[in-house]
Amino acid sequence: MDDVVLLSRIQFAVTAAFHFIFVPLTLGLSWLIAYMEWRYVKTGDEMYLRMTKFWGKLFLINFALGVVTGITLEFQFGMNWAEYSKYVGDIFGSLLAIEATVAFFLESTFIGVWIFGWNRISKKLHAWCITIVAFATNMSALWILLANGWMQKPVGYVLRNGRAEMVDFWALVTNSYGWTKFLHTLTSAYILGAFFVMAIAAYHILKKSNVRLFKVSFRYAAVLALASSLLVLGSGDFHGVEIAKVQPTKFAAMESHWETKKGAGYPLIVVPDPDNERNAIEAVTIPNMLSLLAFHDPNAEVKGLRDFPKEDRPPVMITFLSFRLMVAMGMFFILVSLAAVYLSMRDKLEANPWFLKLMLYSLPIPYIGVQIGWIVAEVGRQPWAVYGVLRTADGVSKSVEPIQVIMSLIGFTLLYGTLAVIDFYLLKKYAKKGPDEDLTEFVKMTRV
Amino acid sequence: MEYQIIWFVLWAVLWAVYFMLDGFDFGVAMIQPFVAKSDAERRVVLNSIGPVWDGNEVWLITAGGATFAAFPTAYALMFSYMYTAMLLILFALIVRGVSLDFRGKGDGERWKSAWDRAFVVSSFLPSLLFGVAFGNIFRGLPMDAAGYHGNLLSLLNPYGLLTGVLFVLLFAVHGGLYLAIRTKGDIMVRSQNLAMKLWFPLFGIAVAFLVATAFATKLYDNYLSAPVLIVIPVIAVAALLAVGHFARRNESFKAFSASCVTIVMVVFTGVAGLFPNLIPSTLDPLYSLTIFNSSSSVYTLRIMTVVALIFVPIVIAYQIWVYRIFSERLSAEEIAGDKHAY
Repeated sequence: MDDVVLLSRIQFAVTAAFHFIFVPLTLGLSWLIAYMEWRYVKTGDEMYLRMTKFWGKLFLINFALGVVTGITLEFQFGMNWAEYSKYVGDIFGSLLAIEATVAFFLESTFIGVWIFGWNRISKKLHAWCITIVAFATNMSALWILLANGWMQKPVGYVLRNGRAEMVDFWALVTNSYGWTKFLHTLTSAYILGAFFVMAIAAYHILKKSNVRLFKVSFRYAAVLALASSLLVLGSGDFHGVEIAKVQPTKFAAMESHWETKKGAGYPLIVVPDPDNERNAIEAVTIPNMLSLLAFHDPNAEVKGLRDFPKEDRPPVMITFLSFRLMVAMGMFFILVSLAAVYLSMRDKLEANPWFLKLMLYSLPIPYIGVQIGWIVAEVGRQPWAVYGVLRTADGVSKSVEPIQVIMSLIGFTLLYGTLAVIDFYLLKKYAKKGPDEDLTEFVKMTRV
Repeated sequence: MEYQIIWFVLWAVLWAVYFMLDGFDFGVAMIQPFVAKSDAERRVVLNSIGPVWDGNEVWLITAGGATFAAFPTAYALMFSYMYTAMLLILFALIVRGVSLDFRGKGDGERWKSAWDRAFVVSSFLPSLLFGVAFGNIFRGLPMDAAGYHGNLLSLLNPYGLLTGVLFVLLFAVHGGLYLAIRTKGDIMVRSQNLAMKLWFPLFGIAVAFLVATAFATKLYDNYLSAPVLIVIPVIAVAALLAVGHFARRNESFKAFSASCVTIVMVVFTGVAGLFPNLIPSTLDPLYSLTIFNSSSSVYTLRIMTVVALIFVPIVIAYQIWVYRIFSERLSAEEIAGDKHAY
């Protein structure tokens, strides 16, 4: 049984993390492409069409994997987490079903029209299609994050008939935790989308190919990156306050905070020592800062991990390190986006090739950022699947044997590994190739 | 009417519509090696489902999600008991989606033929396994207080396999008729002919299925106690006969429509026999999962009913719109010159 729990957790982590390589780019890039296509509709300038089609191709390569790896997550709740599914299906299952009905249908249907409809519907309607896709993917994220938000902060339910039953749908839909998380996740996904565009645009500007097209792309992305990185900080601050309130163990693990204190300070340098329930090193402490961050009140009391029984605490080291790294990256995004907006607005990008190179090589950073963000959220929630209600270990399927999960884990690793290599190869190929040079024939084919 | 019953019907409808729609996606893939002889023709097959397969697949996500939401216990046990079968379906669906998308984006013949093969296998496997899974649901699973007493091999019992073969043939004929109405030229003729030829074994297997059902399952008990239900299998058989009739006269659109009805009615035939079970226990009826002992709370079912009543018709409306936009027949000649399709 313990083996099945551990293996199923690893499998969930692998498949969810893999899925979330593709999702954030879809969330952010779809809006940028929609904007580009509307520019084409408004101006009739073929450059915008080439731009739309170039980023659209990369979008689709990425989108395909996002869709197919999403099915895994739905199936997996039943396959590996049958007890969890029975216990919370009344609530969690409903949110997933609503997601499929109101959002995923919309997204999957209109992406088909967008890919194949260039010569079958009007330009305007075609631009609407990608706009609907962008809206629908964001709606999808909302419902999924409301479902996840419920696991973090369960609301609107009672424990009855040996399970959690929904009693207040409105409370689920308005769960503040889900909404802050939605904002935080969405804006971080926009950062990723924007950095993706800036990195590839930087590559082409450095190579002096299609400079006008890529400078415009860069500018759009820079603006999105700046706005989003500020919103990520803001929503992250809000989110932190809520975590401190409703998930004190997660908050304490994020900060490696062991002793309950009023007016707690924030040590900039921390080396946790979880074995001895303390920090080996704490230095450069900003007085009262932790209380301020946690409760927006410099004198508030911040609970330490030692106040909680050991079996209720999440793993400290990984939660703490992920959180610190995430915050550092957040600061990096703001600084770099500021520079990106300034340089692209003043048309100084080509004069600063070092900055373009920085943008190119920064591409992995937002990808790492969104992954460790999820590590903070999910590892930090442990040992609970539903915070305070159901332990992860109690959610696993009873009928599944370790060997089955070993085989499926190996299968997922091989399949996903192969797909990742192919996807990376294709993205690189088309990113390097650049936009189609001449779309005159294509434009003739499309309808007005 | 009780909400459990409403959701039982909706559950059946969602799965039936899923098989009706993704059924032809699987079908065109399975017959692709026989009807498409050149690269351009293979692209015709891909592009015939290109704009719609993704939207069709969401019916599966929704059917799965609805099972999760309305009957969480049945969802949990169905997926965990049939772990390996579900896993294989999952892998196949992943490869299927990717092969559609990636085939045209790489270079060289080997790249293309590798994805072509992947496309065929990854469509055959779920067709067979969904059939096996539903055959076993109709038959019941060996479960009692101690849990589940089966494995992948016990799912592959004769009745399960027969249902699997039935699904494969149903989808292959369905796909052939779909290509017959969505393409022109040689590929259309070949698809028509193949659908017509495959109809005979399909009819044989369908009869065998109806007979075997009497021995391997308790589905017909419901038909004995409520004889009016017999309309469902009668429509299924009539529709299947109509498929053969119209296919022989090259009235492909009518044949395809009849094939849609057949698939839906085959699912309904089984599900009507299941009621009120979702998964019967072959060991002890006490441990059968019924719509009453495995359902969500009535509150949740009510919320879900409102959501379904508002949004499912909207989905159907815009999906019909999409099918109308892409109703033009495709030909190998035109596809060969179109670099912007699959």
